[in-house]
Amino acid sequence: MLRGQLVRQLVSMAGRVCLFRSSAGSGPVGPVEAAIRAKLEQALSPEVLELRNESGGHAVPRGSETHFRVAVVSSRFEGLSPLQRHRLVHAALAEELAGPVHALAIQARTPAQWKENPQLDTSPPCLGGSKKTRETP
Amino acid sequence: MSGSLGRAAAALLRWGRGGGLWSPGVRTAGSGAGGGGGSGSTEHLDALVKKDKVVVFLKGTPEQPQCGFSNAVVQILRLHGVRDYAAYNVLDDPDLRQGIKDYSNWPTIPQVYLNGEFVGGCDILLQMHQNGDLVEELKKLGVRSALLGEDKDQDSK
Repeated sequence: MLRGQLVRQLVSMAGRVCLFRSSAGSGPVGPVEAAIRAKLEQALSPEVLELRNESGGHAVPRGSETHFRVAVVSSRFEGLSPLQRHRLVHAALAEELAGPVHALAIQARTPAQWKENPQLDTSPPCLGGSKKTRETP
Repeated sequence: MSGSLGRAAAALLRWGRGGGLWSPGVRTAGSGAGGGGGSGSTEHLDALVKKDKVVVFLKGTPEQPQCGFSNAVVQILRLHGVRDYAAYNVLDDPDLRQGIKDYSNWPTIPQVYLNGEFVGGCDILLQMHQNGDLVEELKKLGVRSALLGEDKDQDSK
């Protein structure tokens, strides 16, 4: 009986671990994150797609899906300028960007470029946004 | 000397706030809509982005950025010794905030214009800084990057 309980616990823990591992950030994958991932996969057929919900580091309520960082690695970016690459990403995520997503940090690389530096960078710390009062020094 | 300058530059770029090192001749103009159209109108923004060689739209001001990404733009310009640029605070003006997104067809702030041409946001400016493109683009504008004054043999990361 005890062993059964232990197994159930381990299985449920493993499930939670898998859920966490599917997003580079902490916490379960929300609907916005899932939509971003799906749309980028459909639009750009990326070889690598790393997505991190960075909302936790900003002046927004817990569980928000407002600030993201994404690394998209796709041969579709070959020959395109950074501006053109970013515009492709924006186009795929037009709905999210017009809606809940407030900030999107983009690393748009070709497979060769990604190989040179395969990592999702970190974003600069939040400085309060529009909620910061003018009186603070 | 150049070694410590390099380290200072690296620290600044690690999202530090180099407040007060020097004050750029920044025009933190209120986007006051003189002439036709509101502050978010195409005509007005067209004029704004062409009025100065380097124009940035930020959350906050260069002295007091209110967003980490906007701050990154300020720090990069500071590193290159760009003193004379126009900075517009979108948090002061909702029409400007939405207007510039429509005008640039770009959904986020900060936004950077060089010689009237849209360059991109923080990520792109950072990339240009890291790969040397920013030095070149500034040179085309007749602006000599402060980083050219450093040891030319120094590896750029």
